[in-house]
Amino acid sequence: MAAEVGNIALIIALLLALIQIVAPLVGAGLSNLRLMHLSGFTAIGQLLFITIAFLALSVAFIGSDFSVALVARHSHSLKPLLYKISGVWGNHEGSMLLWVLILSLYGAMVPIFGRALPIRLKSLALSIQGMIGAGFLGFILFTSNPFLRLFPIPLDGNGLNPLLQDPGLAFHPPFLYLGYVGFSMAFSFSVAALIDGKVDALWAKWLRPWVLAAWSFLTIGIALGSVWAYYELGWGGWWFWDPVENASLLPWLAGTALLHSTLVVERRYALVNWTVLLGILTFSLSLIGTFLVRSGVITSVHAFASDPERGVYILGMLLVLSGGALLLYALRSSKLRIGNGFEVLSRESGLAINNILLVCATAVVFLGTFYPLLVDIFSNDKISVGPPFFNLYFGYIMGALIIFMGIAPMLKWRHDSAKRMIRPVLLLVGATLFVAILVSLFGKSVLGGLGIGLAFWLFGGTLMNWAAKVRLGRISFTRSVALARTLPAGIYGFVLAHIGLAVCVVGVTGMGLWSSEQILMMQPGQQTRLGGYAIQLDQVTHETGKNYSAEIANFTLLKKDKTAAQLRSERRFYPVRGMQTTEAGIHVRPGHNLYVAVGEGAPDRGWAVRIYYHPFVSWIWLGALLMALGGFVALADRRLRLPSAQRNTGLANKAVSSPVSGAAT
Amino acid sequence: MKFRLSALIPLLIFSFIGLALAIGLRNDPRAMPSTMIDRDMPAFTLQAVSDDLPLLQHSDLLGKISLLNVFGSWCTACLHEHPTLMRLSRQNRIAIYGVDWRDTPSAGANWLRVNGNPYAAVGLDSQSHLAIDLGVTGAPETYLIDPKGRIRFKQIGPITEQVWRDTIEPMVRLLEAEQ
Repeated sequence: MAAEVGNIALIIALLLALIQIVAPLVGAGLSNLRLMHLSGFTAIGQLLFITIAFLALSVAFIGSDFSVALVARHSHSLKPLLYKISGVWGNHEGSMLLWVLILSLYGAMVPIFGRALPIRLKSLALSIQGMIGAGFLGFILFTSNPFLRLFPIPLDGNGLNPLLQDPGLAFHPPFLYLGYVGFSMAFSFSVAALIDGKVDALWAKWLRPWVLAAWSFLTIGIALGSVWAYYELGWGGWWFWDPVENASLLPWLAGTALLHSTLVVERRYALVNWTVLLGILTFSLSLIGTFLVRSGVITSVHAFASDPERGVYILGMLLVLSGGALLLYALRSSKLRIGNGFEVLSRESGLAINNILLVCATAVVFLGTFYPLLVDIFSNDKISVGPPFFNLYFGYIMGALIIFMGIAPMLKWRHDSAKRMIRPVLLLVGATLFVAILVSLFGKSVLGGLGIGLAFWLFGGTLMNWAAKVRLGRISFTRSVALARTLPAGIYGFVLAHIGLAVCVVGVTGMGLWSSEQILMMQPGQQTRLGGYAIQLDQVTHETGKNYSAEIANFTLLKKDKTAAQLRSERRFYPVRGMQTTEAGIHVRPGHNLYVAVGEGAPDRGWAVRIYYHPFVSWIWLGALLMALGGFVALADRRLRLPSAQRNTGLANKAVSSPVSGAAT
Repeated sequence: MKFRLSALIPLLIFSFIGLALAIGLRNDPRAMPSTMIDRDMPAFTLQAVSDDLPLLQHSDLLGKISLLNVFGSWCTACLHEHPTLMRLSRQNRIAIYGVDWRDTPSAGANWLRVNGNPYAAVGLDSQSHLAIDLGVTGAPETYLIDPKGRIRFKQIGPITEQVWRDTIEPMVRLLEAEQ
């Protein structure tokens, strides 16, 4: 029953999306307000019906209804409830349903929060949003329907891929999609601006919070994925430059650039064309990411549900949406008013450099990810691009970016004097050199000094900027504190996010340069030393979990002959899927982790044990969390609130008085 | 209308990427050409899976066209191709030999007892010695070997009826024609 309800709800949602494409376009052409306003209702209707479809699928998963083929393939009656729920999106079809659910959620936000927006812009953007929605709903209904029935009905299901049975990964896709899909807002409004032929401050004011929110969610999503890879895959790494990881990094990098360029449009009305282009680019990269993961065009450890037929459909969608948008850009971008100019030494040019560097970083990751594909096409050779390429070039660009990030935010809008900058910059350079040399000597690594130096530079520069804002030291301390309270939330968002990156850089440097590992065969009772710890394998036992059996190795960590921690590492075998996973034992300290993973073994030979010492690794994810937190804090900035609808002129006023927009007043 | 040529650049780059992706869809990135093609079958010594099953020797693979199939009792995809192997063996279409990879003798023998034994002879490669020499990437994997003991083709993944009909049988016919 639930499956039929879900199927019908999806079909209704598709019809609503089709109406939403056509009505605003016709409405805008005829200047018909009713038609334009219809798009708001279809957007909310889509949210309603896709929610029904999603709930229907959830009911099928929670109730273990194995007559639904998808449930039979990916669930199992013995699975814990959390994973029955996360199983809804732990597969291709369900994750696409989550994708359109989130898309419709963002779409519905336009009529709900965008009352002050001019109706033409709003409804044109909803038309584009409708195209994306219709594309993906069609994709689900025609190539990946989650509600297909199965006959005969199996007694039990196949079980969720055990690698995905993990709380970290249960929440990874929702956050990731909130990010990916959130950039659809930037896309639709960029395209709408191109159709409409104008961009104004209201446009940027409206767009910025959505970009901020999408970016923050994506940051959390990527961090969750990285944490999961760290403790679940049992390799002890946190980033593998795997194509699927890169697919999430690409929109993040472009989105970071967009985040900063919308700031310029909002405050200074410059970089308008560029921002529109970035809006298109960022969401296109989200689409390419989706294509990459689901088409099987590139091999990856993550590739689930790869299918060329689906690839053709998504590629078609990419060509229509991104190709159409870029064609529109080519034809219409010259109509957008060219914004205000700025001098070489100004906040604007600082942000422009930030954008250039971030786009370069995007290009490097893109090239590295797709190079094997290109080589395969043009020369028939099979190659793969490994971490050394990415680490080198991405490292250079990020290094340059961080150098700019340390000082550029201190620059004033429009123009600034070099003289004013000399003192703070010299102070920062001196302090950074001091720290870098110190770290190089004690860490016995010049690169380490460079890495930590960069982190300090960014941290110090950001704090100096904040101190200047509250006039610390120039007025009395209590007045500085009072000033600190009145600073706009956006400033604190910036401080948190930039310090977050500094924290992240410490983690990356620590992991890259000072980590150490040991791989050995161990018998129970045997000890080994690493990173100031003595690690002893106590015993290996067997246990049976709810849907797996496990070989459990218990370890004791000793520091200075005192027990510091008991660790356990498991090798789990999931009989339903015939798969093995590793659960690492991790001793988490603020400054380092000790990571133990047990491998194959037998009582007579001992067990293969891998032990890693990971300095500062948690800082990577702590930094990412700070960045995301910064994004959310900046959302609270009052300067991002739209003016109330009444103060708008022209069409918006008429909209308020028209009968269909009763809800808007 | 004003028109800037530079505004075309993003569209051109995108068209190139779109074209590359479209061509890329037609290629299979998993189709790894094996370096073992047209090389001699490496020498090997395997352990017996069970006393009542003939042990696979290197000499078994000489003098006729044969298939060498890498399987394991832990391998679920192997169950998928098993009916095809059983049919080929029943119909005496081609000699099939088995390498029981990363397995224990008891589990391997039991698996063959339960699912049927299509192999003329079988050997156990619990330490992956032969698998490494062959460059096995995962089970099931099957090698087509000519009468001179040279590897002529490698199938990664299960031999379904379709794979047999469209890929392997034509190769076998070709080899038969060479004789």
